[in-house]
Parts: sequence; C-alpha cells; structure tokens
Amino acid sequence: MLTFTIRRLILSVPTLLFISLAIFLLLELSPGDPMAQVPLTVPPDVKEKMRQALGLGQPWHIRYWKWLVQFFWVEPLVFVDWLTGSGFSANYQRMISWQTRGPVMALVVQSLPQTMWVVAMSYVVGVLIAIPIGIYSAYRHYSIFDQSGTFITMVGFSIPPFFTGPLMIVIFAVQLGWLPSTYNTVHKVLDWDSFVIQLKQMVLPIMVLSLQTTAQISRYMRSSMLDNLKQDYVLTARAKGLSEWIVVMVHALRNSMIPVVTVIALGIPSVFGGAIITENVFKVNGLGYQLLIALFASDIPTVMTFTFIFAVLIVFFNLVADILYGVLDPRIRYE
Amino acid sequence: MIFRKFAIGTALATLLATAGTAERGSDGALSIIYWQAPSILNPFLSGGTKEQEISSLILEPLARYDETGQLQPWLTTEVPTVANGGVSEDLTSITWKIAPGIMWSDGTAFTANDVKFTADYCMHPKGGCAQLSRFGGVTSVKVIDAMTVKVNFDQPTPFPYGPFVGAESPILQKAQFENCMGPKAQECTEQNFGPVGTGPFVVTEFRPNDVITLDASQNYRDPAKPAFATLTVKGGGDATAAGRAVMETGEFDYAWNLQLAPDVIAGMQEGGKGTPVTGFGPLVERLMVNFTDPSPDLPEGARSTRKHPHPFLTDINVRKALSLAIDRSLLVEIGYGQAGKLTCNVVPAPEAYNSSANNDCVTQDLEGAKALLDGAGWVDSDGDGVRDKDGVKLSILYQTSTNAVRQDFQALIKDWWNRIGVETELRNLDGSVFFGGDPGSPDTVQKFYADIEMYANTFNGTDPQSYLGRWRCGNEPRPETQWRGENVPRFCSRDYGALHDELSQTADLAERSRIAKALNDILMQEYAIIPLVHRGRLSAHANSLGGVKINVWDSELWNVADWYRIKSD
Amino acid sequence: MSNLSVGNIPAAPPSSRWRDIWSRFKRHKGAVIGGGGLIFITLFVLIGPCIWTLEATRIDIRARDMRPIYTALWNGDAKIGWTHPLGTDQLGRDLLSQMIEGGRTSLAVGWASMILALVLGTLVGVLSGFFNRLDFWLMRFTDLVLSLPILPLLLVAVTLFRQPLRTNFGPETGMFILIVGVVGLTSWMQTARIVRADVLVLKERDFIQATRSIGTRPFGIITRHLLPNVLSPIMVSATLGLATAIITESALSFLGVGFPSDFPTWGKLLADAVQRMEEYPERVFLPGIAISLTVLAVNFLGDGLRDALDPRIRGR
Repeated sequence: MLTFTIRRLILSVPTLLFISLAIFLLLELSPGDPMAQVPLTVPPDVKEKMRQALGLGQPWHIRYWKWLVQFFWVEPLVFVDWLTGSGFSANYQRMISWQTRGPVMALVVQSLPQTMWVVAMSYVVGVLIAIPIGIYSAYRHYSIFDQSGTFITMVGFSIPPFFTGPLMIVIFAVQLGWLPSTYNTVHKVLDWDSFVIQLKQMVLPIMVLSLQTTAQISRYMRSSMLDNLKQDYVLTARAKGLSEWIVVMVHALRNSMIPVVTVIALGIPSVFGGAIITENVFKVNGLGYQLLIALFASDIPTVMTFTFIFAVLIVFFNLVADILYGVLDPRIRYE
Repeated sequence: MIFRKFAIGTALATLLATAGTAERGSDGALSIIYWQAPSILNPFLSGGTKEQEISSLILEPLARYDETGQLQPWLTTEVPTVANGGVSEDLTSITWKIAPGIMWSDGTAFTANDVKFTADYCMHPKGGCAQLSRFGGVTSVKVIDAMTVKVNFDQPTPFPYGPFVGAESPILQKAQFENCMGPKAQECTEQNFGPVGTGPFVVTEFRPNDVITLDASQNYRDPAKPAFATLTVKGGGDATAAGRAVMETGEFDYAWNLQLAPDVIAGMQEGGKGTPVTGFGPLVERLMVNFTDPSPDLPEGARSTRKHPHPFLTDINVRKALSLAIDRSLLVEIGYGQAGKLTCNVVPAPEAYNSSANNDCVTQDLEGAKALLDGAGWVDSDGDGVRDKDGVKLSILYQTSTNAVRQDFQALIKDWWNRIGVETELRNLDGSVFFGGDPGSPDTVQKFYADIEMYANTFNGTDPQSYLGRWRCGNEPRPETQWRGENVPRFCSRDYGALHDELSQTADLAERSRIAKALNDILMQEYAIIPLVHRGRLSAHANSLGGVKINVWDSELWNVADWYRIKSD
Repeated sequence: MSNLSVGNIPAAPPSSRWRDIWSRFKRHKGAVIGGGGLIFITLFVLIGPCIWTLEATRIDIRARDMRPIYTALWNGDAKIGWTHPLGTDQLGRDLLSQMIEGGRTSLAVGWASMILALVLGTLVGVLSGFFNRLDFWLMRFTDLVLSLPILPLLLVAVTLFRQPLRTNFGPETGMFILIVGVVGLTSWMQTARIVRADVLVLKERDFIQATRSIGTRPFGIITRHLLPNVLSPIMVSATLGLATAIITESALSFLGVGFPSDFPTWGKLLADAVQRMEEYPERVFLPGIAISLTVLAVNFLGDGLRDALDPRIRGR
C-alpha cells in the first residue's frame, strides 16, 4: 500500500504539469480579453498600452514558463519567508493578478476562510444528513420514508441554486426578517454574541448548498445499500443470528460505502470551486466567486492559479479515494 | 493671540460647513453595496467605473463636475477660463491655482509637485495608464510655484479640462507613488490597494473584489465633515440582490447601478426602506448598422471591411424602415422605466448639444416603413414572408451582449421587423468576449460579423468632440489595424469629416454646440446609428440617508462628504 | 418500448426473459407511475403544439404580465383570461406555449446529453476498472477533464464550432448539437469514477473469476456479467444526469453561450423569472415543477427498471 501511494504521488507530478499546460493553452485559446471591462470610452490604443504593461505582448511559452517558476518556486519561497521571517523571495516577482495588480496568492488567502466556513461546512452538513437518510431509505425500501425522501431530495436536486437562493432570501430575510441576506466577510467571532451572528449569516447559504449535496449523496448511498442488502453475505450474517443493527451498520454499510466514498471524496474539490452561484447570491465572496470574477475579467494568472489549485485537489482526493477502497475492501489489490 | 487666530479659523470653517451643527464622525457607520466589487483602488490602472467611483472616496481631482454637469473647483480656488486668465488666449495652456490649506490624509501638504507627478505617472510610456487619453495633447506640466501648476498643450485646445478633472484623473501623492513609475506601477500592490488621498475617507482595509473599510480622514479640509465615522463598501451578488438589500431588508444605505426592469424596481420600492434615484448623462442604447458585408462566405480579412459593401443595408430606405418600425416609448417602458428617456440622438446630453431635428422618431410607423420598402423595390416576390430584391433577401443577423433587458429588446425588435417583412436571427454573446476586443475572436463589437449590433456607449465629461470624431472615415476597425478603431458602423462621409475638423478649431461654445448638433444630425439622418433609449443611471439610497445628489458627469459618490444620517425623532 | 410489443404477443414462450422482466416491471408501482408520468410529459410537449396552437415566441404587448387562470380563486382583480390560461410574461408571450416549446428543447437536450455522458462515463469506467493497463491513463485523463475550467472551455467551443455547425445544420440544430456535445462531454467524469469503483470490486468476486477461468473473453465478461451488476450506480447517475443536463443548459443560455434568446427552454424560463418571483411566482414554479416532475419520473422509472433487470431477483 505504501509503495503504491508513493508511486502514485510521484506519477502525479507529470500529470499535474500536463494539466497545467492544458489549462494554460485552453485559456490562451479562449476569446476573452482582460480589457473587456474597461469602458468603451477608453480608446483602443490606450487599451493596447495597458495590455503591453500586463506582459501580454510576450509569446505564450515564455508566459507559461514564468507562471511555472512563480507557482513552484517563488510562491513557496514567499510562504517560507512568511513562516520564518527570512527574505528569500525579496528579489522575485510574485504572481500578479491582472485585475487587482496584487499577488494572486493574497486573493486565495483572503477568500479561503469564508469558503471554509460556508461551503465546506455545508458539505459536511450535507454528508452527515445524507448518509443516514440513504441507509434508512434502503433498509425500509419503498416505505413512506423512502418515497418521501426520494421525492424531496429529487425536487431539491432538480431546482437550481439560482432559484432556491433568492427564494430563501425572500422568505427569511425580506418577509420574516430573521436572517441576513448578505454574508459579512469581515465579521470577527470574538464572543458568544458574535458567534450567534456568524451562525445566523451562515444558515441560508448552508441550507441552499447542503440541499444539493444531500440529494446527490443520499441517492448513491441508498442504491449502494440496496445492492448490498440483497447479497448472500447479508443473509449469512442474519442466519448466524447477528442483530439487525450489526448486520446493517457493520456488514452491509462497510461494503456499500465503497462507491459512496468515491462520490464524497470526488465532491470535496468541488467545495473549492463549485459553489459559484450560491456564493454569489449570498455575497460570500469565497474562492468560487473570485474565480468567476476572474473568468469574466479574463484575468489569466488568477484563473490559471485557481484552476490549478483545483486540479491539485482533484488529483489528491482521487488518490485518497483509491487508498480508501483498499482500506474498505481488502480484496482490491494494488499491484 | 495664537488662540484667537485659531478661534477665527474654527469659526470660519464652521461657517463654511453647510451642515452647520454636525460634527465629524457623529453619524456612525455608512454602508454601501457595489454589486460589482472594485478590484483595485488606483483609477489610473483600471478604466472601470466601479474602481473610479470607490477611489473617489479617497482621491480627488483639481475640479469636478457637479450634478448639473457644471465644473466646480475642488482642490483649486477657481476653474480657469479664458475670461479669468487661467486659460491662455491661444488656448494652448491652462494654469491651475491650488486652494490653500489642503492636506493629504497623512498630514503633509498638498502641492503643485503632486499634480505634476500625477501627469508624469500616467504619461509614462510603460505604465499602462488607463486614463492616458485624458492627457492627450499634453506636452508638459510645469510647476510655477508650490500652489500653481501650468499644463501646456501641443495645439489650441478649446476644451482644456481633460487632465486633473473628474473622477477619471484625480491627483496621486508624489511621496507615496514615487517608486511606482512605469513598469513598476503594476507591482506596487500596497500603494494601489491603499492610496493616500485628500478626500474625506482613508482606507483601513482593502479586500479586492470583496470589502473595503474606510475611516473618516482626520486631515480633511472641512473639520465638520464627513458626518460618518466609518464607511464599508461591500461587493458581490447581483443588481437584484443589491436593490433588495437597500430597499427591502435595509441592510445597506446605498446601492449602485441597479440596472433592473422598472416593475422589479417598483416591487422593491414597496419594501419601504429605500428610494431609487436617477440621473441622465449621454449614455445611449443604440443599434449600429453595418455598412459592410459580414457574410461568412467571404474570406477572413475581407469580411466586414469596406472592400465589400453590405448587400442591402447600404440602401438608406432599408435603414430608415428599420428605424421607423421601432416603438421607442415601449422600449423605455419595458426596459428602463424611470431610468430611461426617449431620444432620437446619439448625443442626447448635455442639453446644449441635444438636437431637436430628429424628433419624429418617437412615433412608430409600421405602415410608413412598409411603404418605404415597397417604394424602394423591396417586395416579397417568392411569398415566404420576407422581402427581397434581385435575389437578395432582407435577412438580418442581430447581435448583442447577454443581459436580460437586451434580450427583451431583441425579441421586441425582431417582432417589429418581422411585421415589415424583415427576417431576423438573434444572437447574444458573453460580455467578456463581445466587449473584449480580442482580434482573434469573431464575436467582438469591433469585428462586427453581424448586420446589426446593439450596445450602449457614452463619453466622459461634457464635451462630445472626440466622441463625434469616432465616426470619421479611416477610423473603422479593419485587419490592417488589428481590428482596432471606433467607427463600428464603418460609416464614411466627407462632409462629416470636414464638419468635425471645423468643430476641433472652434472655441465659441454656442458655435460648438451648433456644429456638434449638425454632426449628430448627419449620423441620425443617414441612419448609421439608430438610437433606442437614452439611459440614465439608477441607484438607490436608504430613506434615512440624506445629502445624496446623483451625478452622472462624475463619480456618484462625489459629495459623500456631505452625506448624513437623517435623524428620526 | 420493444418489451411492450413482446408482452403483447400471446404466442411467446412463458419463460421469455423479456416477458419476465416486463411482468415484474408492471408490478412495480413506482415504475408504472414514473413511466406513465414520463409518457405524459413527452406527449405534452410533442402533441401540445397541435392542440395549443399559439406560437411561443409571439409577442402581444397589450396582454403582458397576465396571471394564470387559477389566480382568480383568491384575487378577483388579477389580470386573467382564457386566451392565456397560464398567463403571459413581461413581453406578452404565452406561458403555456412557452412551457410546451421549452419542454421540447429541454427534454431533447436533457436526454441526449445524459445518454452521451452515460455512455462515455460507463465506457471509461468499465475499461479503466477492468484493464489495469488502461486504468492509470484513463483516470489521469478523467482528472484532466475534471479540472478544466468549464466557462473558458465553453467559450472556446462556441468560438471554434458555432460557425461550422450553424452553416451545416442551421442555427437551431447547430446550437443543439453544440450544447449536447458540451454538456455531455463535461459531465461523464462522475459516472466514470463510480463505475470504475464498482468494477474494481466486482472483478475480484468469485463469479467473475469463475467466468474468467472458463475462458470467457473480456468483452463477454463485461457485457454479460459486469454491466448488469453496475446498473444501479449507472441508473442513479442517469437520473441525476438528466436534471444536471437540463439545468446546465439553462446556465449556458444564461451566460450567453446557449440557445438564442428567443428560444425558450424550461431552465431559461426559470432563470429569467427569478427576478420577478415575488410578483409572479407562477413563472418560476411552473418550469421548476416541470423539471422536477421529469426528474422524479425518470428516477422512479429507473428504480423499477433496476429491480426488474436485477438477475438475482429474477430467478425467484
């Protein structure tokens, strides 16, 4: 298992390099322009000068190389400096966003906390609700609980967040006035009262987001559990006289978790990039929102960095999922 | 003695302060929502309106436009004119006199050196300054003494208020930006995120694309202002959410640029917590008519160029019929409500430049349009509902950017054109591509690979000369210029060019307005540009916020120092 | 529908596999409801235009902002009329005909891209799980596609392919192919990963080992033994995929890279109406309900099919 993990880690380096090249070329090909948001009143030759100042005149392979150096060498140096107070990175040019003219990594650091508070939390909430629902729906197959659970989750899944978000705002912020419609990103949790405010502003976005997660994961959990409950080993376990709890929660659950773990692990990277619409509706301004803004502004360094971090997370969690299969199912062999 | 001097100073200052009784910072916190969040606070590095407006809280120009479009001295004693001797007789220089006692928020004095530095900063060839066109024609900026600065132009400039006027070109502090010249401008993150200014507020924290927190400046020239101690600008969401946050939930005091359908705004207003306000500049939503052939059968490089005239839009009767078929008052009602006005001009404001020669466009005339096409020989000869002549069908590809109101307009106009026998195919394009100007993309405003395109445009300040200069021959986008150029319809008229030359040599205001109107009339009567709606800016403020004067000629937040909380007792 | 006709032939042998499946499918209540609902929705959008002949894109500005007929139950002053039973939008376009017209596009896009994604995903998943040699490369390719940013990808696809598709197939069909292609090609990865996970487990099971030992070819093992056993995750992916495809299409139109603006789809009707959901809730709820009902119907149908096809239950 350890050799497998190490080998996969080493092999993931060329994979990631290739992915970064693919992303870069894709962005190069796409027709957006960083000057699109400059008003039409600015004459074209001034726009051209602004493009030159951003370094857009250089050929693409030079810009790609610069990006690689900045991402893999300069930014880690900055991180080391920040940790130890040393000055290794002083002479290097950091990765600069075209919209803000500030370091891209500063944007990441700025938006990470609110993403973790809201999006990651909603994922955890969603998974925690989904798994018991899935198990119980499968165990009481075609019961009223199962049918209504199916109904609610499917309705929840098929209605997009650009509708549920404003709907929640109209109900809870406008009509009832219980909860804020805006997420205050500079709010600091210092004591119990400010913690309650923090909770209040998290409720709506988490509700909208976890609906999607719950719907999806509970479906997979239910179907996987159904498959396993029909297996012979479950019959055997029951025949041995084990209690229903042990049969379902230990024997069947462990086997049904295998495909579900894939879904959960694969969903984690989307926490960092997928909640774009909900983040925008509630003005959480996390990573997804920053990526969207950068995309519309054709801010290539920022888009490049954000999507690459995203790719690293995908590759990493795929590896985690693969290792988890082995843990959950000893029959799978890694050779 | 010293004490007495101080007392007089204070008394004078109190007299000057219009709010009278108020005291700096006495009204607590002000919160503003800009649904498009600013990404930088240096307006010279971003041409975007959102950045200019937010930076106007901190940075100020020498003079700015008030809500009526009149120039007001801001950091100076008066606006220089030929009459008061500030502008030279030959119109080649302008001399600004800085008002005494103005300080940067760090407590140092504001001098003519800062003004000169700002010009050097923006005019540096490698700086990528977005406001470079404001400094067009400037040969040098000379410091006469600490409080006087002179700008020289390379030719007589009848309108010398480009540099250092309005939210687009405020003054930067020399001490702060000295090491950020040229290519280094892009790397000075700290300076670009927190410029030191002379304005009423100071940045305490800037989170790009998210939140800006500001405190009242302790060195602002009026000791009684601003009334608010702190200011928070929140970004994100969309226009609907921003309007809701001000007018329905009351979470914010001011929301900027609520481009929403009138019934939506009216619905929000029923929330009772806020009021929408509108102002009108020269922004016009218009149709651009392509005078050249955009057919995909032509080879790349020949498409939409003057080498191939358009098969039917070169016929003025067709262009006129297209314009006649449009019901502009319905467009205003559906799309903009109180944020839109009827117009038949491409220069509808300032009032002095608004021509009245084309006013009959306000009535829709479908029968007239049909008769015009019949008379010109465009008839439906094959019975498919589409008019044709000599094998050419009146079939139009009509493109615009993606935006709910624009899509409604497209649907309506398509319907009208269908009724007069013109077939229309609609296309909407992502704004970042359409307005991007990437010469590699086929979908930009400049390439114009369509027959008709719709968007809005305006000009800065109050003088339309350079704006009208866009539609001269030779200024059209074409492959030789990498598709740069502003004459999007590819309109070309010798008379128009001659008249524009005359405008650039005339200084007399009445004469200028006559010529500008004549230029506008040529464009309108040739139907090269078909105006649809004169658009205003619509923002909303909380009912408890006083002093808001919406300004379309400058930053909307131009008088934020005068804003105050209305006490309800 | 072939099983339908088989079921109607009386001469068929009683032990026929398909007949057996059909009879079990019939007994499954959810499946019958789901199937019935799906047939109803399909008929609604297919035959609808023949009964309700009003054109979906016809603008009647005088009749704009009409409410549905049922509003009269609680609001006597509402602007209603039998000419527009479900009301009209802000330009006076009839909501009922927009629903019918939009349903056609949405269902077609939904099914086509769901099937495309499913076929691709299953193919990649099975190949990757079954053949160890392919596994690494296919999974790295999946990672690559997963991490590509969708919006630039779309813009590139639209720029590169719109003109050729438009000239070859006309504006609407061309756009249809483009959207189905884009949605299908960017949503197969989840299915692939899940199918692979299941195949990895299955291929170590005794019955697969047994078939392998008697010399069955890999193709035979996959089609005969593996595929029927990974059916349930595929079915779940299918139902989720249908909803995702319908919604992705609306997001695309929303971003201006989808169908032209005068071409209604359920997702787009929903997206356009969100602004006015307080004043005109029906404009969001009707398309929303239509999407949900379709997804629910497919979901129940999928449940029934899985039970009917499950070889374990079949013998009993």
